[in-house]
Amino acid sequence: MDNTSQQKIVDEAREFADREIRPFAAQFEANEALPRELIDKMAQRGYLAATFPAEYDGLGLDPIYYGLLTEEIGKADASTRGLLTVHTSLAGEALLRWGNKEQKEKWLRPMAQGKKLACFALTEPEVGTDAKNVKTSYRKEGNKYIINGAKKWITFGNAADLFLTVTTGEKGITAFIIERGMPGLKTTPIKGLLAGKASHIAEIQLDNVEVPAENIVGKEGSGFTYIVNTALDHGRYSIAWAGVAIAQEALEAMITYSRQRSQFGKKIHTHQLIQGIIGDAVTKVHAGRALCLRAGQLRKNNDGNAVIETTIAKYFTSKIAMEVAIDAVQVHGGNGCYNKYPVERLFREAKILEIIEGTSQVQQEIISSYGLRAYFKPPAKI
Amino acid sequence: MELKEQIRKFIESNLVVFEDEAAFNDSDNIFEMGFVNSLFAMKLVNYIEENFSIQVANDDLEISNFNSVNRIAEFIEKKRSAAA
Repeated sequence: MDNTSQQKIVDEAREFADREIRPFAAQFEANEALPRELIDKMAQRGYLAATFPAEYDGLGLDPIYYGLLTEEIGKADASTRGLLTVHTSLAGEALLRWGNKEQKEKWLRPMAQGKKLACFALTEPEVGTDAKNVKTSYRKEGNKYIINGAKKWITFGNAADLFLTVTTGEKGITAFIIERGMPGLKTTPIKGLLAGKASHIAEIQLDNVEVPAENIVGKEGSGFTYIVNTALDHGRYSIAWAGVAIAQEALEAMITYSRQRSQFGKKIHTHQLIQGIIGDAVTKVHAGRALCLRAGQLRKNNDGNAVIETTIAKYFTSKIAMEVAIDAVQVHGGNGCYNKYPVERLFREAKILEIIEGTSQVQQEIISSYGLRAYFKPPAKI
Repeated sequence: MELKEQIRKFIESNLVVFEDEAAFNDSDNIFEMGFVNSLFAMKLVNYIEENFSIQVANDDLEISNFNSVNRIAEFIEKKRSAAA
């Protein structure tokens, strides 16, 4: 698809978000759920399969325009964007890359149409960052596999029909598609969250769930190296744009408020300390978007540096989303601490980005490891 | 550039240890030696597909296909001759 057509889709997504998502974001949060009608409308527009090729009813956006679309949805509401992150990026991209022909035929079109929502079940009650040590187990019995364990903090876990589930067993880490309705699968919504309240976050119990061999994604034992890494790489790219989205939305709120609010007889944007905050915020947003666009271009080119540049973008934008959101609250003063102002929600949502798809500390270790080799210059002998 | 040299250069550009600690010959298992990590395995598949115009299938996802310069070269040659 040419860039003009892709940009048109992004422009339409902005209008859709302005009309169907942003005005209701606080309500979604209060209800702790996204309305089914919204998910259906997103599916009708192809957003749930934004990166899938046309043969699977997708829009076929390239990584750059998918990022821009993620930004538009994410600016309006983080929980709605979360659906793209887990359904389209984590589960969808992993299936597109490693699903076999039958799996793609069976699941990708229903996913595109919103008839099957998918989530990525990696994290467990006792296993977060240390993802290679999942405890959820599989064992083979004939031509089926028996799965036992528990998953936690699974975004859209309470709404999903398909669970791309990471397990361990005889041959090592193995990924299965578990389908809702399989006996022994139970999801329980997690309430009382700081943010992501409308993203159907759930705990999942797996008690002797029987899964047919054809539901293995990739190869038995290849789950971490290929499936988890692929899924998380796409997840990080999505979160990188989610960071730009929150930072941009917070910046716009900050600017708008500063031009309307008066103190000491003049608009607060005329105070130099406020200008300093605004100047920093604009710079951070532009830098974050530049990193995301670079990562997107590398991904589009299948460049080997795409993985590290995506990691850098994710680390940076989740950090500046938090910083800009904090400053947006500061500019709003007391009003910023009140849930009638969206910056209050952005402030809470930003924190999540520094934790999901690899904490900032893990990203720092990865980036440091890269830098220690990439930027070493052997010193001249003295 | 000769195939093995090309593969070696790719491995060397993705080491997780410093270059002066990473002496390996063409038959050394670079995963067992801790010179690369699982992220490298994913990148390697993309690299092979992108640079040698071959498709890595699910059945190929055995780390033994990719754990040394020799094994990677053999895998590429095998795929090339199968496609020819």
